[in-house]
Amino acid sequence: MAGYLARRLLQSAGVLWAAFTLSFLILYLLPSDPISMMVDGVAEAGTLDPAATAQLKARYGLDLPVWQQYLQSLRGAVGGDLGLSITTGRPVTGLIGTALPSTLALAGAALGLALLAGAGLAVATAWTRSRRLKAFLRALPPVSTALPTFWVGLVLVQIFSFGLRLLPAFGDSAPVHVILPALTLALPTGAVIAQVLGDALESTLHRPFIATARAKGVSRRRILGHHAFRPAAVNALTVAGVIVGNLLAGSVVVETVFARNGVGRLTQQAVLTQDIPVVQGVVMLCATVFVVINLAVDLAYPLLDPRIAAASGPAVSGPGRPADPAAVAAPATTPRDEELVHA
Amino acid sequence: MPETVLQARQSATPATPAVPVAGPTRRPSRSRGLRGALPTWLVRHGGTVLAGAVLLLVITAAVTPHLLAPGDPLLSVPSHRLRPPGPQHWFGTDQLGRDLYARIVYGAGRSLTATTLAVGIALGVGSVLGLLAGAVGGTVDTVLMRTVDVLLSVPSLLLSLALVTALGFGTVNVAIAVGVSLVASFARVMRSEVLRVKHAPYIEAARASGVRPAGILARHILPNSVLPVLSLAAVEFGGAVLAISALSFLGFGAAPPTPEWGSLIADGRNYLATAWWLSTLPGLVIVATVLAANVLARALAPEEHR
Repeated sequence: MAGYLARRLLQSAGVLWAAFTLSFLILYLLPSDPISMMVDGVAEAGTLDPAATAQLKARYGLDLPVWQQYLQSLRGAVGGDLGLSITTGRPVTGLIGTALPSTLALAGAALGLALLAGAGLAVATAWTRSRRLKAFLRALPPVSTALPTFWVGLVLVQIFSFGLRLLPAFGDSAPVHVILPALTLALPTGAVIAQVLGDALESTLHRPFIATARAKGVSRRRILGHHAFRPAAVNALTVAGVIVGNLLAGSVVVETVFARNGVGRLTQQAVLTQDIPVVQGVVMLCATVFVVINLAVDLAYPLLDPRIAAASGPAVSGPGRPADPAAVAAPATTPRDEELVHA
Repeated sequence: MPETVLQARQSATPATPAVPVAGPTRRPSRSRGLRGALPTWLVRHGGTVLAGAVLLLVITAAVTPHLLAPGDPLLSVPSHRLRPPGPQHWFGTDQLGRDLYARIVYGAGRSLTATTLAVGIALGVGSVLGLLAGAVGGTVDTVLMRTVDVLLSVPSLLLSLALVTALGFGTVNVAIAVGVSLVASFARVMRSEVLRVKHAPYIEAARASGVRPAGILARHILPNSVLPVLSLAAVEFGGAVLAISALSFLGFGAAPPTPEWGSLIADGRNYLATAWWLSTLPGLVIVATVLAANVLARALAPEEHR
């Protein structure tokens, strides 16, 4: 276990390093010159003092050769220093730090809503016996992923703020301001959860141990809520990293729509002003969150799923898709399924 | 973008112990005879036909906008500002008195070209990388696939935002950014297909009969592994429309006077309280396009995913 943990930690650090390097390559090697962008905003062309420009470049370390810039910023990033914002001159970590609570509140509320609605929808789809209703419920997640998030936000504002005058439209001064943005952000997230959990539930319900439980006379409710839901939820945990990453990315759009001062708005402003250090900081934040969540999920698996604890290390599925059922129904999985039934 | 599953696979409700009597009596009505199959066929293909019609309309708007909208999308008639939808202006007018319908129709070209460019980049670059990784293997495979893993660890919207920061603004740059952000998933699918095909008996046969590696790659591996990638391209099309309109909504797309779907919605944002149509109607057009693309993609997919 200790060896596994060490290997996983090393792997995570490797991914983070690669994300840093890749974002550095993209942001610093492609043709954009942040200093001239910044100076353009301040002074008229031609009135530029070359000495002042050089001083500015030196301040942001942009006068050094690229590899030295890279090493310098990597050293900083390891120590938690992501450099200075080009437009404001303030440290990037500080900017993200002040914006983070608002985004966390939004993402947390959205995740809660999405979990409730998504799991509810998945369970309802598995529960209903009406074929029409099942088909209808199953069509909901694909339809909701086809809606542009920013448009949903604007329509909600029109209905609830300007039409019904129930909720405030823009801003983030009071807790009530979080409702509409959270609903907007929860829609695509909930759709993903409903889809992944629904698929997992459906495949779990066709497993032999469910048939065994049913044969033993376990009630439908207990089969769905206990026997099928738990392994399906563990399966669905694999997408936790993607879901949280998408919540953060979605906050860029949602916070812009609702004029909330969070990390998403900060990102949008940074892209608009080509504030490269801030953009890289946000990319690193997302990559870190993704890596940490995946690490946590991997480490939590043996605790949640006794089958994985029994087989040392997490199960690795073969590449590609499960081609023929005969190959998938390997003898190794069937006996372990039966262990799950302790009704 | 998660792969969405619409196909209503009729999972025969497992015989429940609670109502064992209902089983045999209900059985005949459920079996799909000719009588049951025809309406089902119509219902299923009716949706596909509708989706095809919507997409055809959008493509017509993109290629020959003047056929659908005789008006000028940039012509502003100050006396007609902020008119609600009506017989004269189907989708109403904006704050400068420009016809919204004409602007949406003329915006289709830009939005659709950008989407096609994005999906084309993802398809082209992703396929080449996946083909290389799968066919060459070894270090090339490891390096490429680790890079793909890293790309997938950053949400695609954020990745395209980073690319837009570096590339600069404009429709083409937005399209490139969205395309590159999709490359990773295409490379992954292509690689797994190549690996699946690589050890098939006919490849072995080709090798045994002396076909050179390049020939095997081009004539045997590529044609047999490209279909799932093409079907992924169809699936990602709708997602790319959304991603591009989101970036253009955020203000990184075309410069102001030119209509583009995302920026039309962004413009309407300032008139939410008074002119609902300005942001709602372009959004509905995006929704219809994405839904139609997704329905068609799914109609094409099953044959290839078998």
